[in-house]
Amino acid sequence: MRFVAAIIASLLVAASLSAAPTPESTCITCHSMLDGKLADPVKKFESAVHRQVGLSCADCHGGNPADESMDSMSPAKGFRGVPRKTQVPEFCARCHSDIAYMHRFDPKMRADQLSQYLTSVHGKRLKQGDTKVAVCVDCHGVHNILPASDTRSPVYPVNIASTCARCHASEEHMRSYNIPTDQVSSYEKSVHAEILAQGDTAAPTCATCHGNHGATPPGVSSVANVCGTCHVFFEQLFNKSPHQPAFAAMGLPGCVQCHSNHEIVKPSDDWVGVGQDSVCATCHSQGDKGYTGAQKIAGDLANLKTRLARAEEILNTAERSGMEVSSAKVELGSAHEALVKARVNVHAFDDAEVQKLTDEGAQVSEKAYQAGVAALNERDVRRKGLGVSLIAIVLAISGLYLKIRQIESRPKT
Amino acid sequence: MPGIYRRILKWLDERFGAGAVEEFLRHKTVPIHRHSIWYYFGGMTLFLFVVQALTGILLLLYYRPTPNDAFESIQYIVTQVPYGWLIRSVHSWSANLLILTVFIHMFSVYFLKAYRKPRELTWITGMFLLFIMLGFGFSGYLLPWNTLAFFATKVGTEMAATVPLIGPWLLKFLRGGEEVTGATLTRFFGFHVAVLPGLTTLLLAMHLLLVQRLGMSVPPGVERAIEEGRQPARSMPFFPNFLLRDMIGWYAALGVLGALAAIFPWELGTKADAFASAPAGIRPEWYFLFAFQTLKILPAKILFLEGELAGLMGFTLAGIVWVLVPFLDYKAGFGRVTRFFTGLGIFALGYMVVMSALALR
Amino acid sequence: METPGRIPNDGVQSRRRWISLLLGSGVLASIASFVYPAIRYMIPPPIGESTSRSVVAASVNELKNNSGKVFKFGSKPALLVRTPDGDYRAFSAVCTHLNCTVQYRSDLHEIWCACHNGLYDLSGRNISGPPPRPLESFEVHVQGEEVIVSRSA
Repeated sequence: MRFVAAIIASLLVAASLSAAPTPESTCITCHSMLDGKLADPVKKFESAVHRQVGLSCADCHGGNPADESMDSMSPAKGFRGVPRKTQVPEFCARCHSDIAYMHRFDPKMRADQLSQYLTSVHGKRLKQGDTKVAVCVDCHGVHNILPASDTRSPVYPVNIASTCARCHASEEHMRSYNIPTDQVSSYEKSVHAEILAQGDTAAPTCATCHGNHGATPPGVSSVANVCGTCHVFFEQLFNKSPHQPAFAAMGLPGCVQCHSNHEIVKPSDDWVGVGQDSVCATCHSQGDKGYTGAQKIAGDLANLKTRLARAEEILNTAERSGMEVSSAKVELGSAHEALVKARVNVHAFDDAEVQKLTDEGAQVSEKAYQAGVAALNERDVRRKGLGVSLIAIVLAISGLYLKIRQIESRPKT
Repeated sequence: MPGIYRRILKWLDERFGAGAVEEFLRHKTVPIHRHSIWYYFGGMTLFLFVVQALTGILLLLYYRPTPNDAFESIQYIVTQVPYGWLIRSVHSWSANLLILTVFIHMFSVYFLKAYRKPRELTWITGMFLLFIMLGFGFSGYLLPWNTLAFFATKVGTEMAATVPLIGPWLLKFLRGGEEVTGATLTRFFGFHVAVLPGLTTLLLAMHLLLVQRLGMSVPPGVERAIEEGRQPARSMPFFPNFLLRDMIGWYAALGVLGALAAIFPWELGTKADAFASAPAGIRPEWYFLFAFQTLKILPAKILFLEGELAGLMGFTLAGIVWVLVPFLDYKAGFGRVTRFFTGLGIFALGYMVVMSALALR
Repeated sequence: METPGRIPNDGVQSRRRWISLLLGSGVLASIASFVYPAIRYMIPPPIGESTSRSVVAASVNELKNNSGKVFKFGSKPALLVRTPDGDYRAFSAVCTHLNCTVQYRSDLHEIWCACHNGLYDLSGRNISGPPPRPLESFEVHVQGEEVIVSRSA
């Protein structure tokens, strides 16, 4: 068998040498003629980033790429073969942790992936011999590795959740770890997943909050920090609020307590206050300061929203009656802005902070409402004016009619 | 008062020699019979056209015909200029009323066969005036440069391209380019305030001159009844009797226009954005709906012709037949009612009404 | 209907006069109710019309280096920025996240949205926080004593 393969290989090499100008490694020429699992790496390698930069099989697997015989794969010639799962991180790190080597290809590329990985849950467990955890090739692919910025890569931001889901959403795979498997399905319902799907790659996915190589869930006390990397104001307000020490004392996970960790949906104003859907009422009960505070905050928000709606309604009515109220509508925009800011200030958990914004918004809404009233009055003035002119017209018409009758009752001369 | 009036007229007559006109008008009479009510519609059309001209001139004092300013200038008229809302809404409503009355006038003339000899030219000038009024409607509709107008114009002018041979040239001529742009707006503005008014003046002068020269037509049936002594020939003087009645109608029309302007003001819409996609359910103004609906229901191909082209040719043929009806229905000139043409008229009217109703569904 | 017992001629004469009076006043009143609005209309209003295309945003010495000004452009707010080097930049001040009005931060040399801490650089590009798109940018020209902002062609 080896003999036949060698003959065919030599023929092919001769053919390729006479036809193709670029010398391909013998690994590729030989393996491309095989089938199934042995030919698969060649196909996959076509589009790989490693191939783009001029590397080939032997750069990872060792051996002699110029040797057409099976000898090219002898350990004596430096052949490393297929690494065992537990060896994979070091296998890749041979190059990827060598800064000098990596910077020959991409000067700004990081070279700390292995050291990060070893701090992760995946890395730690791998060191203990657990082969069910993820290693480099589980996320990045094997022979068809693409840069993370390539939309086809399994670690392109939009694809990351489904890549993690390969293990983390599988009941069977995760059973022994006692970790839930609903994270990805919860995440898909979140507003973060929605924005990501619309193409905003700045939106968070698994790796954004958990890290990629150093993947670890954030600790309970550091959740607010993690969310706060993007949601800056909310973290600042939360940390100054009475909730921060209270949550810390109770071991509650900051933002996640109300907003959930993976299924982060668009919050509604009903979450604030003491109503059916409120999150405040899960801890606060009638009589405590938080309960009354929550009621006040919800009341302020509702008050502003009512005034806004009232102003909008009257302006729309005026507009539909043909009155031009576009500048009043523009002014009302700052009341909307006040509402947006008030919703942010909810996270200070101090009704005074919310009230100062809702009062401002209420003032603007009131002005806009008055503008609407004025517009409707103007409309009524017009209709009265119409009435007057119609009276004049009726007068004229009756005058005409009587004149006609008068003329035509005259004896004809 | 009558004394001063007489003295002024005499003074003018010494210079213009208009006394003859006054004498002539004094003798103008209007026949009285059961179809006399239709005589009012010509004058009503003229009145509404004058309303359009006057409100149009007022709008012209503030309107800016460029894509950046057109919408804003109308917004300015409607919000800042005193009574601007009134002038603009009257202009928009009166345009629709004008087209309605011109169709009523045309159909009443058709069914009463007033086009028969010797009034063939009155009919022809009238038909061209009707086409010009439709042109006024189409060109004026674009001027506010709002989304509806922009896309309605796009769809409407698209049709021009289907005309054989000259189609692409015609499209470029109408649009001032390949697409509907600011150049289209400038061009339509030119049509609307200069070209079409000029043509109207010419044709209207001819039309009115012919009407004065030839007098009012009496429907064939009534004519025969009078000849056979079954009915007396009654008439009233145009001045002042018929004119006073005309004025009642005109005042009523003014009242209607004022009420429409105050209670159902014309919308401003949203400013046109050439790069936005057309809003769903875009369609032309009601007076083009029958044509629009026809083109919608025509199959993609009829025999060897493209559906749209066949539709266009159909309408062109219908238009030509309609303009030439005094010559085709020549028997009417002898007082004979050819049922075919009455039927054709009923079919045309019915078709337009049904198609418009379908388009509105 | 003539009133009985009166000399027919007189009755008719006075009725005729009343009718003429009615007709005359009706016609006059109706003409007045058309002519009056038309005349009022023709007198230009005090607030002149400005094109939506360009606006005088500020006077030449109004803004110091490294400062900004929010002004009205059409029906929306816009931001005029004078960079630390003295160049003028102008953008729509409507944040692309939730439409709050942005402002210039002289400490950050960036454009900031107070609602959710969004940041844009001096080219209007969204560089931090929730804004998904850059700010629409406008052209700025200095003409004499005026700084004029206009929409890009």
